[in-house]
Amino acid sequence: MTNTQIPPARAERPAAPPAPAPKGPSARDRGTRLLATLFLAPTIVGIVVFTVVPIVGSVILSLFHWNVIESPSYAGLSNYGEVFGDETVLVSFRNTLVFMILAVALQLLVALALALTLNGRMPGWLRSVFRSAFFFPLVLSAASISVVMKYLFNQDFGVINWLLGFVGIAPVPWLTSENAAMATVILVYVWQQFGFSFLLFVGGLNNIPKEIHEAAALDGATGLRKHLTVTLPLLSPTLLVASVVGIINALQVFEQPYVLTNGGPGDSTRTVVMVIYETAFEQLRFGEASAVGVLLFVLIMAVTALQFRLSRRFVHYQ
Amino acid sequence: MSQATLTSGRVRHGLAPWARIAGLTVCALLTLGPVVWTVSTSLRTPAEAFNLPPQLIPANPSTEAYRGVFDQIDVWLLALNSTLVTGLIAVGQMITAGLAGYAFARLEFRFKKPLFGLVLATMMVPLQVTIVPVFLVLKSMSLTDTLLGLIIPAFPTAFGTFLMRQYFLGMPKDLGEAAMLDGAGPWRTFRSVYAPLAAPGLAIVGVLAFNYHWNEFFRPLILETSGQNYTLPLGLVSLQGNLGTGSISVVLAGVVLSMIPAVAVFVVGQRPLREGITSAGVNR
Repeated sequence: MTNTQIPPARAERPAAPPAPAPKGPSARDRGTRLLATLFLAPTIVGIVVFTVVPIVGSVILSLFHWNVIESPSYAGLSNYGEVFGDETVLVSFRNTLVFMILAVALQLLVALALALTLNGRMPGWLRSVFRSAFFFPLVLSAASISVVMKYLFNQDFGVINWLLGFVGIAPVPWLTSENAAMATVILVYVWQQFGFSFLLFVGGLNNIPKEIHEAAALDGATGLRKHLTVTLPLLSPTLLVASVVGIINALQVFEQPYVLTNGGPGDSTRTVVMVIYETAFEQLRFGEASAVGVLLFVLIMAVTALQFRLSRRFVHYQ
Repeated sequence: MSQATLTSGRVRHGLAPWARIAGLTVCALLTLGPVVWTVSTSLRTPAEAFNLPPQLIPANPSTEAYRGVFDQIDVWLLALNSTLVTGLIAVGQMITAGLAGYAFARLEFRFKKPLFGLVLATMMVPLQVTIVPVFLVLKSMSLTDTLLGLIIPAFPTAFGTFLMRQYFLGMPKDLGEAAMLDGAGPWRTFRSVYAPLAAPGLAIVGVLAFNYHWNEFFRPLILETSGQNYTLPLGLVSLQGNLGTGSISVVLAGVVLSMIPAVAVFVVGQRPLREGITSAGVNR
C-alpha cells in the first residue's frame, strides 16, 4: 500500500525527535490520552466498584454487627473474637487447609505424571486424543459434576462400590462417614481440576529446548534421573504458577462440598467459603461473614507470599 | 545415536511405548468414565436407572428422562437465562479487555504502571472475599435477583486485560508507526491496524469467559433468589433437590442437557481455551 514511501521517510531523518519541543501536549498526545482514558474507563471503573471498594467494604463491615434489617452497630473487633471462638469456623479453616494441601499435591502429581508420559514418543493424533480427554472435565460445571459424582459415590447403589465389589472390597461410605467424606470431595475436585495444571505442564514441557535433553542424554542421564535433574528444574517456573493458581483455587473450594455433602457429616467437609455463604446469606450475619472473608483473604495472601519466598530457592529461570 | 535420544523434539522415556500408552488409556477412561455413565444412564427409563450392572448401552433406550426434565423445570427459560448471561459477559469481556489491553500495551498516559499494577493485583482477590459488599452494592442499585446483576460486575476482567496486553505487545510496533506516518490518529491506528489483528486473542478471552460463566454457580446462587432468574447449574441442583433420590436418570438427563453448549464450546473453542490456560503458565 504505502510501503514504498515509508523507508525513505525514515531514512531522511533517522534520529528525529518524536515530537517538537513540548510547550504543552500536542494534539496527538492529547488524542492519545483521551483514547487511553476511554479505553481504560470500563475496566478501571469496574474493578474499583466491584473489587477495590468491596475489599475496603469487607474490612469496614467486619467491624459492625449487621443483619440488614436493623441498622448496623459498631462492634469493634468483637466479630473477630466471635469468629475465633466459633468451633465451626475453626474447623472450616482446618478443613480448607487440609483440602488445599492434599488436593493441590495430588493434582500437581497426577498432572505432572501424565504430562511427562504424554511427552514421550507416540503418534500425533493419539497425543491429541489423550490431551483432549484429560482436559475435558475442565469445561464441565463443578456443580453438575458434583451431582453426577454424588450418585457414583453412593454407598448402596453407586457404581464405584459395585466395581470395588469385584475385587472383594466391602462398600465404602464415601460421603457418609467423617473419615471418608473429605477424601471423596478431594477426589472429585482433583478429577475435574487436574486438567488445568496438566495443560500448563504440557505447555512448559514444549518450551524446554530439546538441545538440553540431548546434552543430558549424552552425559548418560536417563529415565527418572533425567527428569529429576534436568526436566524438573527447567519446568520449575511453570510448577510455581501451577501451584500458586492451584492453591488460590483450592482455598476457594465451594461447589463440590456444597453439593456432595453440604459440609457434613458433622462439619467434616465444611470449608471457609461455605461458612461465609451460610453466615451471610442464610443467617444474615453480614459482619461476622465479612470477618471470616477478611481472614480468608489474609490466609490466601500469606500462603502465596510464603510460596514466592520459598520458590526463590527452587525456581530456575533459563 | 541421536535417533535413539530424540524423535521430533520429544523425549525418549525409560518406559516402553506400549506401557505408556496403556497407562494413559486407563487414565483417559477414568477421566471420561463418569461422563459416559452420565449419558448412558440418562437414556435409561427412570425405573431401570438403578440397575446394576450399569449397561453401557441401555437395553431399552428411552428419552423418558429427558421428557421428565422438561416437565419438572423450565429448561427453555433456564437455557435462555444462561445464554443471555454468558453471551453478554463474553462479548462484554472481549470489548473491555481488548480496549484496556491495547491501552496498556500501546498508549502512553499518566499512572500507567500503577493502574496496570492495580489490575494485576485484583487477579489475586478471590470473589468470595468481596461477595458480601458486592451483594450490598448490587442491592443498592436494585440489581439483586436480576440477570443484569450477574452480568455487569463480570465485565471487567483482570486476566483478560493481562492476556490482551501480552497479545498486543506481541504485535510489531512498525505497523502502528507506519499508520501514524500516513496520518492516522491514535483511534484510526487502533481501529484499522491493531484491532483486526487481535481477533484470535479476543477469541481466547471470549471462550474462557463462556466456559467460566456458563458453569458459574456461586454468584447465581447468592444473587438469584427467584426461580425465573435461575441459570442452568442452579436449576439442575434444584432439580436434584426436588427429586430426592427418586430418579437418577431425570437428573442426569438435565446434566447432559446443560453440558451440550459446554461441549460444543469444547469442540469449537478447544484451541483458544487451551492457549488461554497455557499462556497463564508460560508467558511470564
